[in-house]
Amino acid sequence: MAGFQAASDIAGSVRDGSTTAAEIVEQYLGRISDRDGEIHAFNVVTADLAREQAAAVDALVAAGRDPGPLAGVPIALKDNMCTSGVATTCSSRILEGWVPPYDGTVVETLRRAGAVLVGKTNLDEFAMGSSTENSAFGPTRNPLDTSRVPGGSSGGSAAAVAAGFAALSFGSDTGGSIRQPAALCGVVGVKPTYGRVSRYGLVAFASSLDQIGPFTHSVADAALALQTVCGHDPHDSTSIPEPLPDYSELLDAGVEGLRVGRITDLPEGADPDVDERLEQAFDALRAAGATIVDVEVPAFGYGLTAYYLIAPAEASSNLARYDGVRYGLRVDAPTTDAMYMATRAAGFGDEVKRRVLLGTYALSAGYYDAYYGKALRIRRLMAQDFARAYEQADVLLTPSSPSVAFPFGSKTADPYAMYLCDTYTIPANLTGDPGMSVPFGTGADDLPVGIQVLAPALGEPVMLRVAAELERTAGGAS
Amino acid sequence: MKVAYLARLELTADEIERATDQLGDMLEHFADIDALDLDAVEPMTQPYPLVNVMRDDVVEPGLDREAVLGVAPQVEDGRFRVPPTGGEA
Amino acid sequence: MSERWTHDGWEMVVGLEVHVELATETKLFSPSPNRFGDEPNTNIDPVTLGLPGALPVLNHHAVELAMRIGLALNCTVQPCTFARKNYFYPDMPTSYQISQYEDPINVDGHLDLPDGSRVGIERAHLEQDAGKSTHIGGGAGRVHGAAHSLIDLNRAGVPLVEIVSRPDIRSPEQAKAYVAELRAILLTIGASDAKMEEGSMRVDANVSVRRPGDEFGTRCEIKNVNSVRSVGRAIDYEARRQITLIESGEEVRQQTRHWDEGDGRTHTLRDKEDADDYRYFLEPDLVPLVPSAAWLDSVRAELPPLPAARRIRLAEAAGLETDSEAVSILVERGQDDYVFAVQAAGGDIGRAVVHLKEAFADAGPSPTVPAADLAGLTAMEVAGSLTATQAKAVVAELIDQGGGSAETIAAAKGFEAMDTSELEAMVDDAIAAQPDAWAKFCAGEGKAMGALVGHIMKASRGQADGKVVSQILHQRKG
Repeated sequence: MAGFQAASDIAGSVRDGSTTAAEIVEQYLGRISDRDGEIHAFNVVTADLAREQAAAVDALVAAGRDPGPLAGVPIALKDNMCTSGVATTCSSRILEGWVPPYDGTVVETLRRAGAVLVGKTNLDEFAMGSSTENSAFGPTRNPLDTSRVPGGSSGGSAAAVAAGFAALSFGSDTGGSIRQPAALCGVVGVKPTYGRVSRYGLVAFASSLDQIGPFTHSVADAALALQTVCGHDPHDSTSIPEPLPDYSELLDAGVEGLRVGRITDLPEGADPDVDERLEQAFDALRAAGATIVDVEVPAFGYGLTAYYLIAPAEASSNLARYDGVRYGLRVDAPTTDAMYMATRAAGFGDEVKRRVLLGTYALSAGYYDAYYGKALRIRRLMAQDFARAYEQADVLLTPSSPSVAFPFGSKTADPYAMYLCDTYTIPANLTGDPGMSVPFGTGADDLPVGIQVLAPALGEPVMLRVAAELERTAGGAS
Repeated sequence: MKVAYLARLELTADEIERATDQLGDMLEHFADIDALDLDAVEPMTQPYPLVNVMRDDVVEPGLDREAVLGVAPQVEDGRFRVPPTGGEA
Repeated sequence: MSERWTHDGWEMVVGLEVHVELATETKLFSPSPNRFGDEPNTNIDPVTLGLPGALPVLNHHAVELAMRIGLALNCTVQPCTFARKNYFYPDMPTSYQISQYEDPINVDGHLDLPDGSRVGIERAHLEQDAGKSTHIGGGAGRVHGAAHSLIDLNRAGVPLVEIVSRPDIRSPEQAKAYVAELRAILLTIGASDAKMEEGSMRVDANVSVRRPGDEFGTRCEIKNVNSVRSVGRAIDYEARRQITLIESGEEVRQQTRHWDEGDGRTHTLRDKEDADDYRYFLEPDLVPLVPSAAWLDSVRAELPPLPAARRIRLAEAAGLETDSEAVSILVERGQDDYVFAVQAAGGDIGRAVVHLKEAFADAGPSPTVPAADLAGLTAMEVAGSLTATQAKAVVAELIDQGGGSAETIAAAKGFEAMDTSELEAMVDDAIAAQPDAWAKFCAGEGKAMGALVGHIMKASRGQADGKVVSQILHQRKG
């Protein structure tokens, strides 16, 4: 994003003393107070905490001690990441005002890395949505055109980086909730390999699909962010033990000799302007020395169905803990059952209720095999198809989103219309493979278009490498 | 609606009707999978193949009781207070 | 096979589900203490509380203990997975229990009972315990009519193994023997302290009736059976209740019933028709458990001899029946090793068994009296230096002092062996002093010997050996 400082630059100048974390944080808090009233990227702005953290970073630098790789970098965290002492609401009434007694692993890691938390960002309630219109506390507006959505569910985190409220932010991606808003806001967004980033402290939506990932202005910053938050966590049983490579190593290596896959049976539905940019992306990579290969992923089109059975099923179970007994909203009633029913009716929004009902149904006796059971098999089929594709190509390219940012209310009438936003992003969640969105020119109404780069499991290095090339050539695609 | 009870969601008559319709619509969209022959395909629940993740049987500090009870909706005698369950044990 | 239970030509068909709390330091999926009796809600952590963002991590020692149980019950220990059992209840913080469903860790075992019968074990799997609900304001702390309930989550997450027997049990005696033997095994292998009165071992009975050879009848589940004795009483009552129903033309409805020890009856708790649909699905936050052959072998090698084997060993060595009371009691107390130590120190095993049974009820598996000291005592008995009565007195003193020399103690008490000629003289004196008793004894009245023996005992101040006296009297009689 032109005009906003790279996170790596900020960290560099704080570490070498040419600027202070205090100065930086005032700059960002200033922008927030100027414009977040309009954008509403944040559920809460943690100004005091940010200043405290900045002062602590400066003290370390003054004492000649290592302040961390993200020293002084203002960051924003999606409000479904548990932050001890700071409200974590998932943009839901049922957790309104709830303050966690513990930090998630990623939150703690970022703090130790010297990052400075400026606020918790808005999201579709419990991460269910593609526009941030499902937030119980009002939508977030796209900083590039405030009559349009920023995407979702991590709309607030995407907008925060796009608007310069944070140099780096984090969201969660279950069906595309980082990649799609990144595309709509014109920033870089990464969903890492499932298990690469700890989920401890991330409020669960769909446990086998969720991953935390960064929003940044540049691919280089994305590599820095991944280097910081990826890694094994003993608190998360699904955490990958494999050591980390150097994610920045190949950023300037170019794409000479790489095989870039075009999925010939990709489901239709992308707008012409988006398709045009995708073609230009292939052209740019070809011109830079990559080979474009045609591959098939026959199961790709079934992804939406499989996802909208698996995710709600797991969600229906993950959200059952919101019962008013130990924390959060409680609506009193004469019996516990009545209390549960009244509390959850009052606390959950429509989309959450819809998915909880769908998920409960998909798991229920007599329907399990036809729905959830089948969806799990589709998932395997999809993984097999992608594995075959990755034998022929190093990365795959698709649109991140079928369209550029859309106006508020334009997809809320029919839930299925909104679900289609995730058509291209869902498969990577089902397979667990990494994916990222990198801005590549503009489309209709001068709004940004994002190109999705997909790679096999643990393939972040080659994914970042190709994304970096697209970033370099994106200027020519407007 | 039995599913609503299983999910402990109190729905108005309107909401039940709407939910039933929407559920029906979703399932129609999903009908595309009926054509697939998936018998030969194993279900996939785990994206990354890990096994035997365990921890040592060693106590670690937990949460402060007062902090936790302090944010609970209703507490009595150091315990979470709830209305009667009405019939289960 | 123990006594058959038949009632007007009906037989009972019983399966037992036993939940056992494992003797680990920490909970099954989180590192909070696994302790009974602490202040409410002091052993808590994000997983125990079901906080948003919490994740389970499996306890290695719990797995080891589960494997011990499986091996001790002759099960196949197999690769296994965890599943969520979804239901709402205030003592279940996540509103699902992590258990094992399709692939439990132990399957297809059996338990051989002292009477020679065998009860099949279907499975023995790992699962989380729930918290504890205290019902306030109802009748006698029962849930019906309670004004409200209080939840303590200390127990939530404690590791359980649920042992499910096949419906092979046919009598209350057999059921009690099953529970007792199971308990003895659990104690021997150190898997649990299995205290029914503290709830670390809980028994639910599935009871149905049928005419022998017929299909199984409808079964009812009986809960709240809190002692071995209650097991017998409850299933006896329930079987008779069902028979009465059927014989009066009614049907047995599948129900969960509550055993009331006070009134000796079972009462309806809930109809199974209303049973929850648990919507089992594979736990996405955990990964499969595949015990290695090496681990299995080492657990098997470290298993101590089980009660059945120990009873055989003790019985053979002491010349007793394996199901004799002395053998059962000593093995149950874990004192069989001590008996063999006494034997190794030169003691008489038969007499050691008698003393242990009578005087060492509270001594535990490692009595304070050194084995060599007890061995010394039995040697005196064998040599005829002490009467049985005198020996008991010495044993009491040994226990009191925590050991000592039997000879010294005997001397201190003035216990002297009386030689045969002394005794013969006393017998002649008694005959002279009690001519009527003597006459009756010679005429065949065995009872008359009592007066003669009493006279001798009085004269010898209890030092005379009753057996020898009796022998001499019979000799004199001719």
